[in-house]
Amino acid sequence: MTDRAEFVAEWARAIADTSYVSLSAAQLEVFAGGLTDTLVTLLDGPAYDAAAARRIGEAMIAAHCTGADTLQRTVVLLGDRLPDLRPSTADRRVSRIIGDVAAGYAAALREVTLAEQDAISRAVFATQRTAEQQLAFSEARFRAMFTEAATGIGIADIDGNILEANPALLNMFGYSAEAFTARNVSELVHPDDVPEVWEMYGELIAGIREDFHTEKRFFRSDGEVIWTNLTVSLIRDDAGHPTHQIALLEDVTERRDLLARLQHQAFHDPLTGLANRALFAQRLDAILAGAAGPRVGLCYLDLDGFKTVNDTLGHHHGDELLICIAASLERCCPDRTVARIGGDEFVILLEDTTSINEVIELAEKVQATLSTPFQVGTHELLITSSIGVVEQAVTTTDAGDLMTAADTTLYRAKNEGKNRYAVFDRARTQTEITRFTLAAAMPTGIRRGEFLLEYQPWVSLSDESWYGVEALVRWRHPSLGLLAPSHFIALAEETGAIVPLGRWVLEQACLQATHWWHTFGDEAPVVSVNLAPSQLRDPALADEVGDVLRQTGLPAGQLQLELTEHAVMRDEPASLHTLRALHAMRVKIVIDDFGTGYSNLSHLHRLPLFGLKLDASFIRELDGPRDPPEAKIVAALIALAHNLKLTVTAEGVESRAQRDRLRALGCDTAQGWLFAPAGPPERVTKHLARG
Amino acid sequence: MQHRRRMTDDVQTDRPSAARIYDYYLGGSHNFAVDREFAKRAIELWPQLPEIMRENRSFLNRAVRYLVGQGITQFLDLGSGIPTVGNVHEVAQSENPHARVVYVDTDPVAVTLSRSLLAGVANTEIVEADLRDVESVLSAVETRQLLDLSAPTAVLMIAVLHFVPNSDDPAGIVARYRSAMAPGSYLALSHATHEGEPGQAEPHMALYAQTGTPMTMRSRSEVEAIVDGFEPVSPGVVYFPQWRPDPESPALPDPERFTGYVVVGQRR
Repeated sequence: MTDRAEFVAEWARAIADTSYVSLSAAQLEVFAGGLTDTLVTLLDGPAYDAAAARRIGEAMIAAHCTGADTLQRTVVLLGDRLPDLRPSTADRRVSRIIGDVAAGYAAALREVTLAEQDAISRAVFATQRTAEQQLAFSEARFRAMFTEAATGIGIADIDGNILEANPALLNMFGYSAEAFTARNVSELVHPDDVPEVWEMYGELIAGIREDFHTEKRFFRSDGEVIWTNLTVSLIRDDAGHPTHQIALLEDVTERRDLLARLQHQAFHDPLTGLANRALFAQRLDAILAGAAGPRVGLCYLDLDGFKTVNDTLGHHHGDELLICIAASLERCCPDRTVARIGGDEFVILLEDTTSINEVIELAEKVQATLSTPFQVGTHELLITSSIGVVEQAVTTTDAGDLMTAADTTLYRAKNEGKNRYAVFDRARTQTEITRFTLAAAMPTGIRRGEFLLEYQPWVSLSDESWYGVEALVRWRHPSLGLLAPSHFIALAEETGAIVPLGRWVLEQACLQATHWWHTFGDEAPVVSVNLAPSQLRDPALADEVGDVLRQTGLPAGQLQLELTEHAVMRDEPASLHTLRALHAMRVKIVIDDFGTGYSNLSHLHRLPLFGLKLDASFIRELDGPRDPPEAKIVAALIALAHNLKLTVTAEGVESRAQRDRLRALGCDTAQGWLFAPAGPPERVTKHLARG
Repeated sequence: MQHRRRMTDDVQTDRPSAARIYDYYLGGSHNFAVDREFAKRAIELWPQLPEIMRENRSFLNRAVRYLVGQGITQFLDLGSGIPTVGNVHEVAQSENPHARVVYVDTDPVAVTLSRSLLAGVANTEIVEADLRDVESVLSAVETRQLLDLSAPTAVLMIAVLHFVPNSDDPAGIVARYRSAMAPGSYLALSHATHEGEPGQAEPHMALYAQTGTPMTMRSRSEVEAIVDGFEPVSPGVVYFPQWRPDPESPALPDPERFTGYVVVGQRR
C-alpha cells in the first residue's frame, strides 16, 4: 500500500515543472495533498461522486497546472499509484476517476482557454477602437485644419506627384483639385528661382534634410506670379524611409507688392516715375564700389528757362512738360538710370564707360531728342537743355567729387550760353570749385574775423627810406589756409561781398595807420588801401572814408587809396564826383597797375590824382644786364606823370638792376621784395622803431 | 530620448508580440496564431525555452517574496506584459495585503488586458508607457498617485531590458530610474545572455528580430555595468535557478542552460 504522503509528494513533483505554477514547492504539496484527500474520499465513499472527480481536474486548471504533460503525468500517476493507495476499492473506481479528472481538467482548460482568448480579443478590439477613435479624431482635426486653413497645404509623394491640395492652396494657384493633383512639384519651377531652392528640395527628397523654408515665386494658372512663404517638410514611414512631402504656403504677394510699392516710392520721383536722388545715389555708390566696371559717366542735365514755363503757363503745364521730358529721356537711354534730382534737373548714369566720348555721344543724342517741341495742353513747347558731361575712373573719384564735377560743368555750359553741353575739365573745375566755395564762405569769413592785413613797404628810391606801406588783405581760410587777394577779390566783387570786406579793410588799415601816427608822428608811413572798381562806383564811398577818418582820428594825408586804371578811366560822373570829394579831404589817390588799361591818357589831367603805380609787367622787363626796349616806355610814362605833377611808383622790384634803372629813369618810389616783402604790422612797427 | 509613436504600432495582431509569446510560453491563451506560430518555431530551435521562461517567472516570484520580506511595499514593474498567473500584486499582496503595484508596458493590447483584469483590484495600476521614456513613466498620474518614490520602492525589470538595444543606452535608463529612487530601494533584474548557451543565442535573436521588439543578449559584465550603483544582494549576478532557490525544490542541474542572469540590488 502506498503511503499518502509519498503519493502526494510524487504527484507534486510530477506536475511541478510541467507548467508554471506560482506556488512554492511546499504550497504545491499542500495543494496536491488536498486533491489526494478528495481522491481518497472518492475511493472510499459509499457512492461514486463523478462531480467531485471532475472538480479535481478543474482545481488543477485553476492552480494553473495547465501543461499537457501535467495531465499526462497525472493520469499515469493515478493509473499506477491510485490502486495502491486504497487497494480494496480501487479497482472499481480508478478508471472512472481518471476519466472524470481528465474530463474536468479538459472542460476547465477549454473554459480558461476560451476566456483568455475572449479576453485578449476584447483587449485587441478595445485597443483598436481606442486607436481608431484617436486616429479618427486626429484625422478629423487634420481635415478641419486642412480644409479651413488660410495657409495653403499640399501633399505630394516622394516623386513629386501632388496627391492633395487644400482649398486655400487651390485658390492661391487658381487650379481645380483635379487639375492641380495632375501636376508634379517639379513643374512648379519659376525661372527666377534661386538654385538653392531646388538644391534644398533635392536634399529633402533624398532624406538628407527634414524640411526647408524659403520665399518662392510660382505661376498661377492664369500666368500671374505669386510670391509665397514656403515650408516643405518630409514625411517618413515607420522604417524611416521618405514617403511623402507636405508643403505649407502662405501667399505673401500682396505684402511684397506693398513693400515693393513703398520701396518704389522711396526711390522714385512721384511726378515722373524716374529714379529719385536716393536711388541714383545708391546706384552710383554701387558703381563706385566697383560693381559695374572701372569707369563711370554722368550727364547732368538742366532745362534752360524752365522757370519761365512755370511762370507763364503755370505749374500744371510745367509738370506736364517735366513728365514728357522724363519719358523722352527714358526712351532715349532705356538701359540707363535716369534720375530726376531736382526741379528741372536730371541725371543720366552711365556705367562701365570706356571714355568721355561715350558720354558726349549720349549728351548729343539727348539734346537732339529734346529739340523736338513737346505738346503740353494746347501749347507746343520747345525747350533746350544744358548738360554737364563727366567721365571718370571709379577709383579716383567719389560720389561727392563726381557730382560737384557734373554740377560745375553744367554751370559752365549754362555760362557759355546754354543749349549746349560742357565737358568736365579738371583744371578749370578746380578753379571753379574754389571760386564757388570761397564765394559761399566769404560772408561768414568776414564775420568770423578770418581776414587780416599785411603791409608791404614802399620806399623812396633816393634814399630807400620808408615812404609808405600798402595794406594787403589776406584770408586765413579755415581749410584752404592763407589766401592772397588774387584768389578772392574778384570773387568778392562778383558776389557783392566786396562791400563789407572793403569797409573792413579800410577800417583796419586806418586804425593801424592811426596807431603808427600816434607812435611815430611825421615818421609814420602813409597807408595805402586798394579799392575795387565797384567800391568806387558806390556813391557812399566818400562819406564812408570820411566817417572812418573821423572815427580813427587819422589825418587824411596819411591815407592813400589805390584804384585800378580801369575803374578810374570809365569817366563816369559819379566816380569822378567821389574822386573829387576824396581829393578835397586831402586823401591821396593813385592809379594801380598803370599802363595795362590802354586808357585814354588825355583824361589823366582831369583826375584829382596823387600818383601812378606802374604795372609790374613793365618792371619785370627792366631786369637783365642790358637796357630793354621797355625801358623807353617806362621813361615816357614817368615823364608823362611828372609833367602832370604825379608821383611815380614801381611795383614788383626784385633786383638791384631794376632798382638802379628805375632810379636812373627818375622814378620816385618803389615797392618789391628787394626792399621788403609784405608782413605783419609788427614788422613795420619794429622797423620804424629802429629809426 | 525620443520615441516616435507610430500609428500602425498601436495594434498589431498580424505581427508576433513579445508579451503574447511570453504568455504562450507560460501556458496562457492570451495570444494569437501569429504568436503561437512564432513561439513554436522558437521552441523548435530551442526546446528548453518554456522551461527557461518558467524559471524566469519563478525568479520573479522568489524576488518579490524576498523584497516584501525586506519591508518593501511599493513595486514598479516595468515591461509587465500580459498578466498571467503569479503576477507581482498576487505574490506581493499574498505576503503583505498593503503592497502597491504599478505595472508599466508599452504594448497597448497588454495594457488594455491588464486594465480589465486589474479592474477592482485594490492598490494596483497599469500605465501605458515605454520604459525608456523614464520621465513619462515616473510622471504618469497612476505612478504618482499610487507610489511614493521618496520611500523605498522596488523597480522590477524582468526579462525586458534585453529588448532595449545598446543605441538606447540601457545603463543610462537604469541610472535615471536609480536617481529617482529613494535610498534603500531595490532593483530586480533578469536579462537574457548568450553566455550560457552560445549556440542558441544567434538564431534566437535572429528570430526576435522579426518582432517589434528585437533582442539584445548581454554578457555578465554588461549586466553588471547596467546595475551599476546598486549593491547586489547575495548571491549577486547569477543564472535564474541559482538565485535564492526554494530550499524544498530539487536543485536544477546545469543552471547555465537557463541562459539568463538575474540580480537584485539595493540602492545605497
